[in-house]
Amino acid sequence: MANIHLEMRGITKKFYGVTALDSVDLTVNNQEIHAIVGENGAGKSTLMKVLSGVHTHGSFDGEIYFNGQKCSFNNIKDSEKLGIVIIHQELALIPFLSIAENIFLGNERAVKGVINWNDSISEANKLLAKVGLNEKSTTLVDSIGVGKQQLVEIAKALSKDVKLLILDEPTAALNDEESNKLLNLLVDLKKQGITSILISHKLNEIEKVADAITVIRDGKVIDNLHKSKDIIDEDRIIRSMVGREIIDRFPSRRSNIGEEVFRVENWTVYHPEHTDTKAIDNVNFFVKKGEVVGFAGLMGAGRTEIAMSIFGKSWGVKHSGKIMKNNKEINFHNVSDAISHGIAYSTEDRKTYGLILLDNIMRNLTLSSLEAISKNGVINSNEEVLTSQNYRSKLNVRCSGLEQKVEDLSGGNQQKVVLGKWIMANPDLLILDEPTRGIDVGAKYEIYTMINNLVAEGKSVIMISSEMPELLGMCDRIYVITEGRIAGELSAKEASQESIMKCIITDQRKRSLA
Amino acid sequence: MTGLKSYFKNNIRQYGMIIALVFIMVLFQILTNGILLKPMNITNLVLQNAYVLILAVGMLLAIITGNIDLSVGSIVALVGALSAVMMVTLKMPVVFAVGLSLLIGLAAGSFQGLFIAYFKLPPFIVTLAGMLVFRGLTMVILKGQTLAPFPKSFQAIAAGYLPGREKEAILGLTVAAITAIIIGILMSIIYILFELNSRKNKINYGFEVLPKSFEFFKWSIIIITINAFTISLAAYNGIPIVLILLLVIIIIYTFISQKTIAGRHIYALGGNSKAAKLSGVKTKRVMFWVYANMGVLSAVTGLIVAGRLNAATPKAGNMFELDAIAACFIGGASASGGIGTVVGAVIGGLVMGVLNNGMSILGVSVDWQQVIKGLVLLGAVCFDVYTKNKSGSK
Repeated sequence: MANIHLEMRGITKKFYGVTALDSVDLTVNNQEIHAIVGENGAGKSTLMKVLSGVHTHGSFDGEIYFNGQKCSFNNIKDSEKLGIVIIHQELALIPFLSIAENIFLGNERAVKGVINWNDSISEANKLLAKVGLNEKSTTLVDSIGVGKQQLVEIAKALSKDVKLLILDEPTAALNDEESNKLLNLLVDLKKQGITSILISHKLNEIEKVADAITVIRDGKVIDNLHKSKDIIDEDRIIRSMVGREIIDRFPSRRSNIGEEVFRVENWTVYHPEHTDTKAIDNVNFFVKKGEVVGFAGLMGAGRTEIAMSIFGKSWGVKHSGKIMKNNKEINFHNVSDAISHGIAYSTEDRKTYGLILLDNIMRNLTLSSLEAISKNGVINSNEEVLTSQNYRSKLNVRCSGLEQKVEDLSGGNQQKVVLGKWIMANPDLLILDEPTRGIDVGAKYEIYTMINNLVAEGKSVIMISSEMPELLGMCDRIYVITEGRIAGELSAKEASQESIMKCIITDQRKRSLA
Repeated sequence: MTGLKSYFKNNIRQYGMIIALVFIMVLFQILTNGILLKPMNITNLVLQNAYVLILAVGMLLAIITGNIDLSVGSIVALVGALSAVMMVTLKMPVVFAVGLSLLIGLAAGSFQGLFIAYFKLPPFIVTLAGMLVFRGLTMVILKGQTLAPFPKSFQAIAAGYLPGREKEAILGLTVAAITAIIIGILMSIIYILFELNSRKNKINYGFEVLPKSFEFFKWSIIIITINAFTISLAAYNGIPIVLILLLVIIIIYTFISQKTIAGRHIYALGGNSKAAKLSGVKTKRVMFWVYANMGVLSAVTGLIVAGRLNAATPKAGNMFELDAIAACFIGGASASGGIGTVVGAVIGGLVMGVLNNGMSILGVSVDWQQVIKGLVLLGAVCFDVYTKNKSGSK
């Protein structure tokens, strides 16, 4: 069995009682590119963290064998010593250091603490040639694009004498040309004896380079495919990825859809940092009164960016296009304008963008509707308590009292506070970005019920979610979004996990052909 | 009784600070053989510390946003110098010069606010630059010399008392003394009416109120404190004009920070600026006004300092920013923003003031005073962080 490079057996990892990985087996052969696919939250990243020593030995069950040798890693350094190097989606480069400095960071070419710069630079140049990066090794990382930074990461891995390279969504931020270059590099490295594990959502890329595929869903291995034995078929992968039983997890709703209230036309926005990149490209959509509209797409597809750019231009630069409400164009330049035009946006990252964690429940709830409980800018504190109590019980926030700090609430209750804040602001259109991320099933159901109540009152909801069953269970209509564009529109009837995935892939294919 | 319990739990920070202040006062009262709380010394405490208390109020707002303002001492000096030029050299009317001085403070603060809020430069750097620029301008204007004396009416604002010190009214008391006592009684009545009204409103809304006996206890302590204070002022020269100014500023800023939308927005910005922005808080505007406001309060302080010294000097206001910052942190403000109260900052300023004054009476050298003040600051913040962690871990 000399051919087996890495074997993970029966890996089980729990977080506070929630099973993230359920006796996962993974076998990676020598000199292969092994793809791991699965939906967001399926457990791919957790598995890789177990492998690279981020989750230390003993914090999970199961065994890891690398080249036939049993391993127990206590930190990333341990796994790196054996030649296992992970490159995360968010690159770990220091922007204001040179390429050479980054490559040897923590691994400096030095004698007694004094860096030998000549040695470093010539070594770095050799590594850059190997990965096909045509840049001087003294260039600052900050001044090269993401695609090239990715190559610097690989060069850094090579400098550590890598045997097994793990790449987490390496092409998510790259354009097609850069992606191709990267994938070809992986194939080259394979020939030189380096095995890779590739985590990706882009099935066309996987089809192109992967020798073997492991499909993970809900923390379990669902499928193993090998190029030599099986026909690797995107449809099959998709089915394995998403095909789960959908039990009745969603409260029923009698939809009562009225006139169109909200329309976005030719909405184009540029990236705030790379100001000549179109991040949102000519997006058109509409929402009717009493309708729940879904935004489906993979992570990084641009759903959040579209929502935030509409919400008072809080994302991106050089906005163009029209936003119409009741067939009249509306204009706004900041969030408070958007709120006063009846738009609300509840963020996907409630801790960073949604809540003032050190403030109490009441102050968080009322933050966006202070005007309603004030007179001439003076807050009526009794009115504030009364209103907050009202919403607290309406939303069933479980807490010791309104004075409790939001910080100390559970995720589900924090999310209810965020939703409560926006419901209090009484918007006509509520955009919910990942409203159920990281919260338990019971709280999810309560939030779904809340959404149903809102649309029953004649409000409209846009729901962004990476959990497809949730979108399918809740939405009247779904827009499929990929790479900042709308790839398709599906009615509740047409929509299925397969049709959404197909929509994304067809669009990606169209783009790479064009 | 659950109401009382949660009341203490939520106000433990405030009470902790008040207890610390009382403790320090009692300690120095004993160590100084009763000199600390003599009427003359109490008046001195007010006059000596008005500057740091006013600055601390403005600084608190900057600290709530998670930043600091290093330029206040220099603005104090600059405004002092310009007011001297206007009143001493150009012989402008006092009212006009005072108004213009406040506008200069507003301009200086707005200038910094512009760079901080709209050009997004770090406040530390902008106000460090301001500290150098305004101090330098002061030197240029004064050419390194002292400008004096100010008109009498201007001096009175900073060093004067309510009138009637010479006239005897009844029982051997002067008119000024009677005025002080009456003001104390009036303040007590206003306070009680205010408390009764807010209690009535709460009951009308059907909210839980604190037990009556506890409320009475609290009110009587506050009334006794107010009247003891005004009576001891009466026993010396009556009510200093600066005290009235100081109280008005404290009340206005407590109101703004606790009761208005603007105040709430400052706290929200400091607690989490990204979330505040996405909740509709105009974060740039808030930031701008916090620094513009600091400029105005620095100008007020600049006038008081100049009036009290009866001179504008190039070194005026040196290190005042650090006193104000220390007062805020001793008073329970958080360096990472979002937490702190005006009253807390005032108590923090008083703790420092009493320490200064008490140690001076005891004859502790200025060098050792600095050491002790530094340790008190360190200890207060340490205590704060420790209690916060403890309550957080529950």
